[in-house]
Amino acid sequence: MAKAFPVTHQPGFGAVAITTFIFLYAPLAVALVFAFNAGTSPAKWGGFSLRWFQSAANNQQVISASILSLKLAAISATLSTTLAALAALAMSRTPRFRGWTLAYSAISVPLMVPEIVTAVALLIVTATFRGWTGYSGLGYLILAHTAFCVPFAYLPIRARLQTMDISLERAAGDLYASPWNAFRFVTMPLLFPGILAGFILAFVTSLDDVVITEFVKTAGQDTLPTYMLGQVRRTITPEVNAIAAVFLLISVALVICIYVVNQRTKIN
Amino acid sequence: MASLEAVRTKSASRTRWLMISPAVLVVIIGAIAPLLVIVTYSFLTPGSTGGVNFTPSFDAWTRVLFDRDVFDDTLTLSGTNLEILLRSLLLSLATTVLCLLVGFPTAYFIATLNPLNREVWLLLVTVPFWTNLLIRTFAIQDLIRNEGIINTLLTKAGLISEPIQMLFTNFAICLGLVYVYLPLMILPVYASLERQDRSLLEAASDLYARPFNVLREIIVPLARPGIIAGSILVFIPAIGTYVTPILLGGGRNLVIGNYIEFQFGQGRDWPFGSALSLALMGIVMVALLVYIRHGDSHGHEHG
Repeated sequence: MAKAFPVTHQPGFGAVAITTFIFLYAPLAVALVFAFNAGTSPAKWGGFSLRWFQSAANNQQVISASILSLKLAAISATLSTTLAALAALAMSRTPRFRGWTLAYSAISVPLMVPEIVTAVALLIVTATFRGWTGYSGLGYLILAHTAFCVPFAYLPIRARLQTMDISLERAAGDLYASPWNAFRFVTMPLLFPGILAGFILAFVTSLDDVVITEFVKTAGQDTLPTYMLGQVRRTITPEVNAIAAVFLLISVALVICIYVVNQRTKIN
Repeated sequence: MASLEAVRTKSASRTRWLMISPAVLVVIIGAIAPLLVIVTYSFLTPGSTGGVNFTPSFDAWTRVLFDRDVFDDTLTLSGTNLEILLRSLLLSLATTVLCLLVGFPTAYFIATLNPLNREVWLLLVTVPFWTNLLIRTFAIQDLIRNEGIINTLLTKAGLISEPIQMLFTNFAICLGLVYVYLPLMILPVYASLERQDRSLLEAASDLYARPFNVLREIIVPLARPGIIAGSILVFIPAIGTYVTPILLGGGRNLVIGNYIEFQFGQGRDWPFGSALSLALMGIVMVALLVYIRHGDSHGHEHG
C-alpha cells in the first residue's frame, strides 16, 4: 500500500528550504539588477544603463585596487598552494610520525584564530618592522595572505590524497619507474584536481579578505575590498554595485569550474 | 642491515621535514609569532602615542572586566566593556540559533532529494558562499535601508507610512550575519543527514511514529555531530565579526571586534586591545573544545 507521504517527509521543511533559497539569492539578484540602473536610487528603477560600469572602469582608484587584488591573490595562492602541496605530500598516506600533530595544528592555526585578532597582531608586527627596516612594500601583504591561505590550499589537496589509490604508484615503482617519474606521471596527474581546488580556494580567500588587509596595508596599498570598505564609510554610489556584479560573476565562474573538475574526476 | 634501514628512515624523515617546514614556517611568521607578540603586549603598559612601554603590568587584563577608580584604585565591574562583550555573545548566539532553525530544514530537504537534484541544490548553497563577504553585506544594506526596496514596497502597499528603521540596529547585524554564514550551517548538517540510514525512518514509520516524533527521536539525535559542527562554524566567525557591524550597525552598535580595532586606532591602548583580542580567542577556544568533544569527527581522521 502506498503511503500518503514518503517516510522522509517532514511537513513544512520544503517551504523553509524554498524560502532559504529566496533569502540567499534575492539580495544578490537585487544588487545585480541595480548595477544596471540609470538612476542613483537603490529602490527606484530609472532605466537600463551601463554608466556605473563605465564610471567604475574609469575610476583610477578602482583600477589600481583591482590590479593589486588580483596580483596579491595570484602570488599568495601560488605560494600557499605550492607550500601546502609539499606539506600534504609529506604528511598524508604515511604512518603517523613524531611531530605530525604539531605540524598539522600549526597549519590549521589561521582557521581557528578570529581574523580580527590576526589582523591586529600583524598590525603590531608590521608597524614595528617598517620602523626597523624602512621597507614598506608589498612583502607584508604577500606574507600575511600566504599564511592564511595555506590551510585553505592544504585541505582539498589532503582530501584528494586520501582518496587516491596508492596501488597505482606502487605499480609504477614495481615497473621500475624512478621515484621522480612515478611522481611526474602517476601522482601528479591524479593529484591535480586537488591542487586546482586548493589554488582556487586560496585565490578566492585572498581576493575576499578585508580585515587582515585593512590592518596590514599602508597608504596606496588598497585592494578592491578595502577600497570598497572605505567608500561605504563615506557615501554609497551604485558604482559599488557594478563592482559587486563583476565579483559575483567571477565567483560563479569559479564555483562552476570546481564543480566541473570534480565531476570529471568522478567519472574517470 | 638494521643500520642501512636506519639510514634510509633517517633520510626519509629529513626529506619529509624539508617538505613540511616551508608551509609551517610561513604560518609561524604570518600567524603564530604575531599572536605571541600580542600575548606579550597584553602584559605591558600603553605608550603615550600608541605602542607600548616595556613596564610589565596586569592592568590591561584587569580592565577587560573591571573599571579602576581614579581616586581610590577600587575595582568595579565595567559597564561598557560588559555590555560590549554581552552584545557580541548574544548577537553571535542568536545568529547561530537562527542559522540552525533555517539551515536544518533546508539541509534536510536537500538530503531527501534524488542525487542529481541534490548536487544542483548544494551548488546553489555554495555560490553565495564564494561571493565576497563585503558584497553580500552591501546587498543586505541596500535592501533594508530606509530608502531601500523593502521600505519602498511596504510604503507603496500602504502598510507603513514611515520607513521602518532597520539599518544600523542590532537586528540588521544579526540579519547580515545569518545571511553571510548560513551556508556554513547547511553544509555540515547536510553531510550528517546524508549518511543517515533510511531504514530507521521506515521502521519508525511502520511503528506509527508521527513525522515530528521521527524528527525528534531519530533524525536530530543522529545529526547531532553535524549540528554541533555547523553551530561552531557559524559561531566562531560571528563572535569575531568586524565588517558586518561597520556596514549594518553603523558604528553605534559596537561589538568586540570593533572595540579591539578602536584600541589600536583612536583608543591608542595597544595592551588593552591585545588583552581583549586574547579574551576573544579564549571564547573561540572554548567553542573549539566543545567541537572536538562532541562534533563531527568526519574529515579529521589522520593519515
